[in-house]
Amino acid sequence: MKSEVETQPVSRSRGRWLGAFVFLSPGLAYLVVLMLVPLALVFSYTVFQRGRFGGVVYEFTTENFERLFDPLYLNVLGDSLKIAALTTLIALLIGYPTAYLIAQLPKRWKTLALVAVVLPFWTNFIIRVYAWTILLSGPGLVNSALAKIGLGPYELLYNQGTIVAGLLYSYLPLMVLPLYAAIEKLDPQLREASANLGASGFTTFRKVTLPLTVPGVLTGSLFVFVPSFGNFVIPEMLGGSKSIMVGNLIRDQFLSARDWPFGATLSLVLIALLVVLLILQAWAARRA
Amino acid sequence: MSRTRFTRRLPAAAAAAGLALAVAACGGGSSSSSDGATPAAADQLKPNADLSQQTLDITVWDGYTPKELPEKAKAELKIKDVQIQTHDTNETAMTKLTAPGDSGIDVAFVSGQYAQALNEQGLLEPIHHELIPNLANLYPEATQLSYDKGNKYSVPYTWGTTGICYRSDLVKSEPTSWNDLLKPPAWADKKVTMLATERWLALPALKSLGYSINTDKDEEIEKAKELLLAQKPHLLRYDDTTFGDRLVSGEAVMAEAWDGWCPTTDPKGNIKFAVPKEGSDLWVDTMVIMKSSKNKEAAHALINYILSPEIHSWAAENINYKVPNKAAMEQVKIAKGSLLGITPAELLNGEAAIDLGPASTKYSRLQQDIKAS
Repeated sequence: MKSEVETQPVSRSRGRWLGAFVFLSPGLAYLVVLMLVPLALVFSYTVFQRGRFGGVVYEFTTENFERLFDPLYLNVLGDSLKIAALTTLIALLIGYPTAYLIAQLPKRWKTLALVAVVLPFWTNFIIRVYAWTILLSGPGLVNSALAKIGLGPYELLYNQGTIVAGLLYSYLPLMVLPLYAAIEKLDPQLREASANLGASGFTTFRKVTLPLTVPGVLTGSLFVFVPSFGNFVIPEMLGGSKSIMVGNLIRDQFLSARDWPFGATLSLVLIALLVVLLILQAWAARRA
Repeated sequence: MSRTRFTRRLPAAAAAAGLALAVAACGGGSSSSSDGATPAAADQLKPNADLSQQTLDITVWDGYTPKELPEKAKAELKIKDVQIQTHDTNETAMTKLTAPGDSGIDVAFVSGQYAQALNEQGLLEPIHHELIPNLANLYPEATQLSYDKGNKYSVPYTWGTTGICYRSDLVKSEPTSWNDLLKPPAWADKKVTMLATERWLALPALKSLGYSINTDKDEEIEKAKELLLAQKPHLLRYDDTTFGDRLVSGEAVMAEAWDGWCPTTDPKGNIKFAVPKEGSDLWVDTMVIMKSSKNKEAAHALINYILSPEIHSWAAENINYKVPNKAAMEQVKIAKGSLLGITPAELLNGEAAIDLGPASTKYSRLQQDIKAS
């Protein structure tokens, strides 16, 4: 009897660990098999050579990393950063007031407004982007409407501005939702207190509302920046493949250049960059 | 052209590309290059082998052969079982076929330059002509293709060329030269599209400069690049998949296009196709038998069956590609404006694309230079 009492705490904790393991194992197995192993495989390709038919020759080389510093690829990377940053900035400028307004609405309208924000996601992404080409093309709807009032035709499609517009359209909801969540959480009494202490509406916004919603701003910006940066569908369909982003570059390595190692190296850079951004975001959010 | 064939039925090319990317990323496999290795001696095949003991696994582009082919071949050739797998691009087929170990594939459909590359690796069974009497149905020209004279290791299935697809009612003069596309006149400014796939992107420039489409000389590729860079501001876009729609809508007036894809049979009949005077390419999609196949008699019997006019004419009638089979083409009704009427002699003016091996990276680089600039 005595010994049983003594061993009980140990076996209970062991049992807890076992239980945790049993419950976690499907998720862990999923992560390991479908994420860690493929990622490790892709990253291991970065030090090998291109096979003649798109495979990998297992001979060590550093050439893939040297190629990254070629001005050609740095240019593409720079362009992608520029386009993604611009998209994020505009999304923030549009998204913040939108989220702010939605947060002020009466409850019934709030739900409706939020549904309206996510509604476009119910249609397939490719179809929505394709629809833009129908709207904006030379003989498209926008130009024919303009022609009725004697304007145009304008070249609305196949330039960088259209790429930014397409990305903005696609990812704006990802900015609005986290911002809404952050603004909604604000205690209205804080704003009242600020007003009582003599701050103007703008000062209240600058000194109270904005600093308290910074985590939402950061999350929203990350949500828009990340998919914009890696996107390859929109530059192709709305940009007419006349300029490429890093996503197109990676896709081309796998599908047409048959250069898996270099494609893997580019993916590694992309993932590393995003991990850095995530860490920065987490750090900034905690400070705010 | 096979590279992007599958996207023809899918305006959302990118979705498919993404899928293919996922497939490619998981494919793995290596291909240590044993370039130029001489193929080992051919197997002794028995003309009267019992096919009911043999099975066939075929890899082919989706929708490229009649759907009922496996059942028909099984019934008529008395093969034990026939299974079809599909691939979306030559590259995925190559991944499957060059992976270490037995691919399990008996018969594969790949483009000519890929057949050549497979053969150079010693992976192909020589074609035993005595087992394929229907080879006699081929046009004589189709037995003398530059990548495989005498059909030693491949049998052609479809063929075609690249040219200018244009709106005859919207052009001020009919295009006759690649320069009409490369240096578009004012009325065609920003109303021209080009194929974006590496070798075809370079083709018009190389041909207009009088170079081979298979050149690996840096200075020739550089000159072609200058020409393409000068053209870029005057382009509507690079387009492998929707140029037909753009021509129908009038958004584009001229497009670099593969013959089978130029919508010359559209109801208004305004879309025409021209092969520029500087010449173009000749692409061929072929059937090959893997050396690793354990069912080689059945594989030969299947190819012989496909070469019969009834089966082979299916491709011309259903996917609008010309087949290099005289007997089959003679029984196809050719609609007015259809490009099926291009004769073998005209096709043979085209230069066949060959596998460039390591030099093919020069063309990827060319494409990226142009798109990134």
